[in-house]
Amino acid sequence: MAKMLMKGNEAIAEAAVRAGCRYFFGYPITPQNQIPEYMSKRMPQVGGTFLQAESEVSAINMVYGAAGSGARVMTSSSGPGISLKQEGISYIVGAELPCVIVNIMRGGPGLGSIQPAQSDYYQATRGGGHGDYRIPVLAPSSVPEAVELTIKAFDIADEYRTPVIVLGDGMIGQMMEPVDLPDELTRQLPAKPWAAGGRGAKPDADGADEGRRAIINSLYIDPQVLENHNIKLQGKYSRIAAEQLLFGSEMVEDADIVIVAYGTVARIVRSAIRLARAEGIKAGMIRPITLWPFPEAPIADAAKTARVFLTVEMSAGQMVDDVRLALNGARPSHFYGRTGGMVPAVRDVLDQIRRLAGAGQSPAIKEVLV
Amino acid sequence: MRVFEKTKALTDMPLTYCPGCTHGIIHRLVAEAIDELGVREKTIGIAPVGCAVFAYDFFNMDMMQAAHGRAPAVATGAKRVHPDSVVFTYQGDGDLASIGAAEIMHAAARGERITTIFVNNAIYGMTGGQMAPTTLVGQVTTTSPYGRDEELCGKPIRMSEMLAQLPGAAYIARVSVHDVRHVLEAKKAIRKAFETQIAGEGFAMVEVLSTCPTNWGMTPIESLKWVESDMIPYYPLGVKKGA
Repeated sequence: MAKMLMKGNEAIAEAAVRAGCRYFFGYPITPQNQIPEYMSKRMPQVGGTFLQAESEVSAINMVYGAAGSGARVMTSSSGPGISLKQEGISYIVGAELPCVIVNIMRGGPGLGSIQPAQSDYYQATRGGGHGDYRIPVLAPSSVPEAVELTIKAFDIADEYRTPVIVLGDGMIGQMMEPVDLPDELTRQLPAKPWAAGGRGAKPDADGADEGRRAIINSLYIDPQVLENHNIKLQGKYSRIAAEQLLFGSEMVEDADIVIVAYGTVARIVRSAIRLARAEGIKAGMIRPITLWPFPEAPIADAAKTARVFLTVEMSAGQMVDDVRLALNGARPSHFYGRTGGMVPAVRDVLDQIRRLAGAGQSPAIKEVLV
Repeated sequence: MRVFEKTKALTDMPLTYCPGCTHGIIHRLVAEAIDELGVREKTIGIAPVGCAVFAYDFFNMDMMQAAHGRAPAVATGAKRVHPDSVVFTYQGDGDLASIGAAEIMHAAARGERITTIFVNNAIYGMTGGQMAPTTLVGQVTTTSPYGRDEELCGKPIRMSEMLAQLPGAAYIARVSVHDVRHVLEAKKAIRKAFETQIAGEGFAMVEVLSTCPTNWGMTPIESLKWVESDMIPYYPLGVKKGA
């Protein structure tokens, strides 16, 4: 199929459709509005349902109901709306329901701004709502990768019965790039015998009173039963950590300075390390694609040869905590970040690299953009 | 000869409700209506947060437990995925009229084809008797120890009358279970609310005035009398919308 020029938000929505998503519940918030808008047009065309909920709180609970009924379902939002969804996300985790949640991050805290940011990293990777849990977080750094990861998100969600977050930033959501959309999924979606749909819909229902019934629930009033449930969830997270880690590694083998960056920032860093290499500075990049699970081992491995690490984020420094944990004191860890919707410039990152390389500031930097 | 038998739509799990509480009667009426309509095999029930939080243990059918007040949103998700199923929510007055006011309002406004059983006992039962939006003026609760003060927190909300204003609501009725005659009338209304959904007419809700002897500080019999003497005058019974 020919490549199409698509906006990130629309590409994410179309990727979801092709992954078999037939239910979308959302609420308007910038900079993700093209996702619900696209879905409102597309869902009726494929026999699905788009519903604009009365709030983010309702939207995520509609997702709970649809996921509990066995559907492939998605919602999307941006920071303030994702905060509102946290209650429902925690229940979805507790009830072990698969769904995909897209967060196109904007500047915070509070109403913040509508410009790109990465300041919801903690919220996404630490669970976000109440209780002990993790959510797989997929962070695309291009529109084609957003397509790939959105499809993957649905598969991970179903495989482990967990919500999965696609964490983009306003830049990924709003920029246009050529994408190669895969054909509509033809393979059979996984069976969900645990889902609600009426007892009569169960494979082994025979009309007998003892027939199995679905109970979608996150309440375990007996402490030992709840602890057992938590142990089960943690076991699932261990499996996800072992099986679903994704990261990119660019020019790390011989690197003196390793920069860790994800999403839009990784593209800026890519330009900066090329310029640094042209100046003879051995810089490389580790790009987490899954933010949870986090590429701890690859960073620890790189620390065996690299001298110093720099984390660059559109935040005041969130992912850098995970980098420090991965380094565990083995190498110095530095941070450079912009916040509030300010996007770091290539020259700013290059200056940071030069500083760490012990070189002075260069009077003239020729910017090379990817 | 047909003799009495327990409705199959209830499990054998002993109810966890306090002695004298009328939740048990209401569970039974809902279960009977579902069985009489022959839809148990395609019914999905949504339990609330509140005294009925364990309803998934008692209703013998597919069940989901929702976050506080969110049952109508969860029901919406389920019904949209399984439009031929019968979906009901079972919610208390704290759940539906306070924290879940937006969810119930918009489910009704959309004409969501679901049935809501709204159990109004004018108090938060599960958490130990705090003031609800339905608590009567002057009623003493653990958070209105001097009696509900109208100046401080206004008058109780009449949800049925409010929801009946919405075009999407096809059937709205308020009933009571304080005596046998009213229990029989409640049964008819609950059945009608399920029939409304099955006919695809729109949103249906039955508000059932219920007792809470434990948190009202009354005997079960005093509670039944209080429903009649104090609640019904403020919450008039009857069909508010639909036939």
